[in-house]
Amino acid sequence: MTDTIKEIKKSLGKKILNTQEHSEKRIYFDIDKKDIVEVAKFLFKEMGLRFSTATGVDTPRGLEILYHFADDKEGRLINIRVLLEDKKKPEIDSIAKFMKAAEWIEREIWELLGVNFLGHPDLRHLLLIDDWPKDDFPLRHDHEHDHEHNKKEEHK
Amino acid sequence: MSHKVVIPIGPYHPLQEEPEFFRLYVEGEKVVDIDIVIGYVHRGIEQLSETKHFDQVAFLVERICGICSTSHPFAYVNAIDDLTKVEVPQRALYIRTIIAELERIHSHLLWLGLAGHFIGYNTVWMWSWKYREPVLDIFELISGNRNHYAMMKPGGVRRDIKEEDIPRIKKCVDDLVPILNMFKGAVMDDPVIQARTKGVGVLTKQQAIAYSAVGPTARASGVKIDVRKDHPYGAYNFLDWNIITQEDGDVFAKLIVRVLEMYESIKIIRQCLDKMPKGPIDANLKDIPEGEGIGHIEAPRGECFHYIRSDGTNRPIRHKIRAPSYMNVASNKVSAVGGTISDAAITLAAVDPCYCCTERVAVFNKGSDKKILNGWDLIKLSQEKTEKLRKEIFNK
Repeated sequence: MTDTIKEIKKSLGKKILNTQEHSEKRIYFDIDKKDIVEVAKFLFKEMGLRFSTATGVDTPRGLEILYHFADDKEGRLINIRVLLEDKKKPEIDSIAKFMKAAEWIEREIWELLGVNFLGHPDLRHLLLIDDWPKDDFPLRHDHEHDHEHNKKEEHK
Repeated sequence: MSHKVVIPIGPYHPLQEEPEFFRLYVEGEKVVDIDIVIGYVHRGIEQLSETKHFDQVAFLVERICGICSTSHPFAYVNAIDDLTKVEVPQRALYIRTIIAELERIHSHLLWLGLAGHFIGYNTVWMWSWKYREPVLDIFELISGNRNHYAMMKPGGVRRDIKEEDIPRIKKCVDDLVPILNMFKGAVMDDPVIQARTKGVGVLTKQQAIAYSAVGPTARASGVKIDVRKDHPYGAYNFLDWNIITQEDGDVFAKLIVRVLEMYESIKIIRQCLDKMPKGPIDANLKDIPEGEGIGHIEAPRGECFHYIRSDGTNRPIRHKIRAPSYMNVASNKVSAVGGTISDAAITLAAVDPCYCCTERVAVFNKGSDKKILNGWDLIKLSQEKTEKLRKEIFNK
């Protein structure tokens, strides 16, 4: 185990619910959604890791968000996994408040998966058109890809 | 704020490679704020990828970008290799590296030409695109295609590099050295280029870190990161080369980083051709097990990131793609602010997005007549500034 991992484990301690070492270079930590701001702040500001991106995944258990941080000094990707169980109203604190690098990706996950980022400075459409129907999230597995919204009156 | 004027740049223009929309808020000549709107070419590739089997996805992601067309498949196959933990044959690693570096050279030459054009150096434009041609010919020699080479494959590469082709590849990269020397001299010694690009569009080191900028954009601001060195993949671990950094963070620094990086690419290709071992080029990967994998590579524009999740079937259940410009374009929010409108064209182009100007640029001035400029007028504005500077400098 190297320094970065040791320090993360020491400082975050109980916040880490589960650790999965896929390989030496890819480590996944599961945390609770209420801790995300604190954890991201620690990794970005204190550990000086680079924020690569975040991935939202629709799973049967709920919506998962993976925050990928790159440790360029030790050549490792540290992935923070958060599970939002309530698919009807998924909410999590925004990390874009203190990390400009996360502003766009949170907007993207918001529109494609319907996750509400609480306290995001500018939560509006990034990739989709501004009048995209509400409650229609293209990356959810129950989304119907029959271009139904194109037929609706308001999009003609 | 009665004098605050909005200049929309974008989203469509024949010169652009990709539509992006920049809303510049200006006071007089000065840009005070900028709003970036993207999404005009959102094709839903992440979702589409979930409907293709793992072999087809490599071809799909190759079509994300026409210029760095091997970056996405390279990151994708790295993600699959990470997921399956397959051991990729050495020769395949070297071939992947050669293709990636040849691509870096032709992509940087393309950018150099565009940058020259936008500040009024059309000779630089014509020449660098002329010298880019032999590189594309080499791609045709290796893969049969000048673009979209279809070389990457999970667990290996699709085509071998033939022994009899190696001398021609070597000659091509050798011939590039005097050309790069010429460009380097032309860029570094030209007082007009310096006047147009030094101190323009500055992205400080702190800002680069705050926006998590990647690639040449970050390196020009003194952030020494390079996925090839920091997270070695392909054959980069076995080769001798350097990360190029500059401190100033302006357009000039980005220019220098890209020109010098091409020398490093040549160094890498030469070593690869000499060291490349003989042997198989494919691990013959059959099934993709359940799990997740991440691959990231240093594309010409910076880190290209792919995340794959598989549930054990023959197609991914989630495929996340993040291109380098996603991070770099966002950093324009700070680098273009404070500059002038005539510098905006080159500042926005300096991160090497696929370029951003438009058919129609409308200048609205409160209480005055509406004036419509087209994209060509914006380039003309930029070129006129160069001309004015040139006269000033040479008449001293």
